[in-house]
Amino acid sequence: MKLDSKIPEGPLETKWQNHKANIRLVNPANKRNIDVIVVGTGLAGSSAAASLAEMGYNVKAFCFQDSPRRAHSIAAQGGINAAKNYQNDGDSVYRLFYDTIKGGDYRSREANVYRLAEVSANIIDQAVAQGVPFAREYGGNLDNRSFGGVQVSRTFYAKGQTGQQLLLGAYSALSRQISKGKVKMYNRHEMLDVVLVDGKARGIIARNLVTGEIQRHGAHAVVIASGGYGNVFFLSTNAMGSNGSAAWKAHKKGALFSNPCFTQIHPTCIPVSGDHQSKLTLMSESLRNDGRIWVPKDRKDAEAIRAGKLKPTDLPEEKRDYYLERRYPSFGNLVPRDVASRAAKERCDEGYGVNQTGEAVYLDFAAAIERYGKTEANIKGINNPTAAQVKELGTAVVEAKYGNLFAMYEKIVDDNPYQTPMMIYPAVHYTMGGIWVDYNLMTSVPGMFALGEANFSDHGANRLGASALMQGLADGYFVIPYTIGEYLADEIRTGAIDTNHEAFDKAEKEVNATIEKLMNAKGSNSVDHYHKRLGLIMWNKCGMARNAQGLEEAIKEIGELREEFWKNVRIPGGASEMNPELDKAMRVADFMELGELMCKDALAREESCGGHFREEFQTEEGEALRRDEEFAFVSSWKYTGNPSEAELIKEELVFENVELKTRSYK
Amino acid sequence: MDLKLKIWRQANQNTKGELKDYAIKNVSADSSFLEMMDQLNEELIEKNEEPVVFDHDCREGICGMCSLHINGEPHGPQNATTTCQLHMRSFKDGDTIFIEPWRSRAFPVIKDLSVDRGAFDRIIESGGYVSVNTSGNTLDANALPVPKANADEAFNSATCIGCGACVAACPNASAMLFVSAKVSQLSLLPQGKVEAKERVLNMVNQMDLEGFGNCSNVGACTEECPKEISLENIARMNREYLGASLASSK
Repeated sequence: MKLDSKIPEGPLETKWQNHKANIRLVNPANKRNIDVIVVGTGLAGSSAAASLAEMGYNVKAFCFQDSPRRAHSIAAQGGINAAKNYQNDGDSVYRLFYDTIKGGDYRSREANVYRLAEVSANIIDQAVAQGVPFAREYGGNLDNRSFGGVQVSRTFYAKGQTGQQLLLGAYSALSRQISKGKVKMYNRHEMLDVVLVDGKARGIIARNLVTGEIQRHGAHAVVIASGGYGNVFFLSTNAMGSNGSAAWKAHKKGALFSNPCFTQIHPTCIPVSGDHQSKLTLMSESLRNDGRIWVPKDRKDAEAIRAGKLKPTDLPEEKRDYYLERRYPSFGNLVPRDVASRAAKERCDEGYGVNQTGEAVYLDFAAAIERYGKTEANIKGINNPTAAQVKELGTAVVEAKYGNLFAMYEKIVDDNPYQTPMMIYPAVHYTMGGIWVDYNLMTSVPGMFALGEANFSDHGANRLGASALMQGLADGYFVIPYTIGEYLADEIRTGAIDTNHEAFDKAEKEVNATIEKLMNAKGSNSVDHYHKRLGLIMWNKCGMARNAQGLEEAIKEIGELREEFWKNVRIPGGASEMNPELDKAMRVADFMELGELMCKDALAREESCGGHFREEFQTEEGEALRRDEEFAFVSSWKYTGNPSEAELIKEELVFENVELKTRSYK
Repeated sequence: MDLKLKIWRQANQNTKGELKDYAIKNVSADSSFLEMMDQLNEELIEKNEEPVVFDHDCREGICGMCSLHINGEPHGPQNATTTCQLHMRSFKDGDTIFIEPWRSRAFPVIKDLSVDRGAFDRIIESGGYVSVNTSGNTLDANALPVPKANADEAFNSATCIGCGACVAACPNASAMLFVSAKVSQLSLLPQGKVEAKERVLNMVNQMDLEGFGNCSNVGACTEECPKEISLENIARMNREYLGASLASSK
């Protein structure tokens, strides 16, 4: 199988313009006869469904939540990047492109990333026109902040709720089309398979999660915008329902799955506190602007802290190890996510962790409070302020900047982060890998498209902060509305899709058989029992650091676990009613296969890059060792019946505009 | 801690429900309320009983999927907190906790603690948007400055998560806080002004069609709102509605 990424000819700067000018169109009368299915209603799905409906296609949109407004894009905190250069600080489309390629550790496609940077400015215009209330300056213009260690301020935000505001914007556009009847919305429905007729995606099998009814839906194209697969790890910052099933089913029907091992582990999350834990909560990256990360210098002090005999605030300055500032003096606490996460793990593995589980480091705002307090005292003309005054003034500044995050921390941990340092630890947050797509965002199955986090295309081996929202909306609002025409132009004579075709019969039969098998296992362990075990294997052996031996073990263990799951899972209730245990079981069944492929991919990639760190490939100083000569390619996997026997197809990455460099943050 | 739970169980929309008693032991004070429910469900599965159905997703207080009347209060005893962010340290060992679904004619129970909030979606569909196409051929974002105070106020209204606690808290099961938050957000921004009159009339009309009650200025909605959406929104919507009604030729 030869992969054609369909990257347009010509200079980088004009590829997208030229491509758009030459892309085939479908005339309005014909659009009315063409049906498109969109799976997922996050930023990518909602924006795509709304845009395609506006253009005149008949859209059916599906989400498993009770409303499209609840998709997990809603939880994104920090912001959205756009090359507007409103701050006049030297930003440009090229710079956003370059930062994204470099941040991704040179494992993404130049042309796709450049297009992303190019349309980024439109997203902000679009969102503002929809009434998205971004933060503004006193002059009435939009405010920006800096993010993710880049050198410009290009992040637009709405307090710590940017994802919510952007999603509600896309949801409003979607609602408008629903009211016009151009989008038929299916809430509380889950896609269980995609149906191929003569090699083309022609529809899906969905399950109504309220009644258990299995349904057939035909369409001329299927757009998968179902998000990432971070919940393979059980514990992650993803929502409880976030799952990889739509993408995985697409893979099993022929769509290649690319770079599955590229997972982003976010350094600043609230640590695991016990076995009861169901998910992890992110503390925005923006906190690293002011917080200093440390552990005790002496292992004995760490032990005393873990035993509750010593408080962090009692430990004098000289007994603390600000390890990021020590190891990376030029970037300090603002190194990229992958670097910060690995450094925390290294300290905790060495026995310097500071909570009961030994897996936490401090994020300390005392220095920031003092610094801001002194400045405020100066502004207010207070000479020789007392320590208490400084603290009070400084606390007010920190509260104004991060108040909502501090309150959330206090709710969860029951500790006051103004008084004592926060405890943080890395957690799974985002998956850069996903379904392979060409420049038109079409997968290797004709008529099937993948958008947003569900595809692999823009973030390489590591995503920069505030770029996920950008990609989701770019794909949905500004890319797919053009590129889908290239495919659908050939579909104008097809006519309505017949869901009585034998391909639908077969797919529905398979879905029913899977459900029956799960319901009839009548074993002794719950779905969560298996999900937790899978998560542990993945976290320990395919998490922040990986090695060949661990990955080989993991593949074996997951295979065994999967076998046990199918024999011994217990799902109470019936299949023809609302049954969240059954919904979960089907997702976990897919996670088990996907996890195995992630391990296989991690094993095959014998280098360290971005979020993928192979212990065998590091420099003498313990930094990631990338191997461009051998591994500057996208690993795309073809399903052959068993995830561990998937076939590897390489797409060489060609860099014509940037020079490959080793990232250094020292 | 050990707890007694009285939980609403209802097989589906067409059957009668009832409160059932459960006992749960060794709940960690650090668990969230929903993690306590997870623990109960694990135990029920162990005993081959049907687990309790409840809605939840993000578990970080933003998606609006979780609900629950806990001891008579939407989202439980803590202010400005969704059920998923409520932690068990808010309860004492030996407590009895009543757990019920939202109760409103417009939010029918689907199963156990899960209700159908489709009415909220339909209200947004009736006009909770700016009618702009998503082509991107719009003005430059900074071409239309918005006073910071208005932008901040619009943001505060826009933080509504659509959970339905306002309806559940209201003795009239009124949806005024939810509807007014969206009406306010868009009427405070220049982008939303063009359709402001039509919007408020259509959204209020849809709200009435869905069977929500009237507002009698009780204020329970804002008290129980996990995002502290202010009553001012309702006042603003009433002004908008009055103005629009007088100007309307319909």
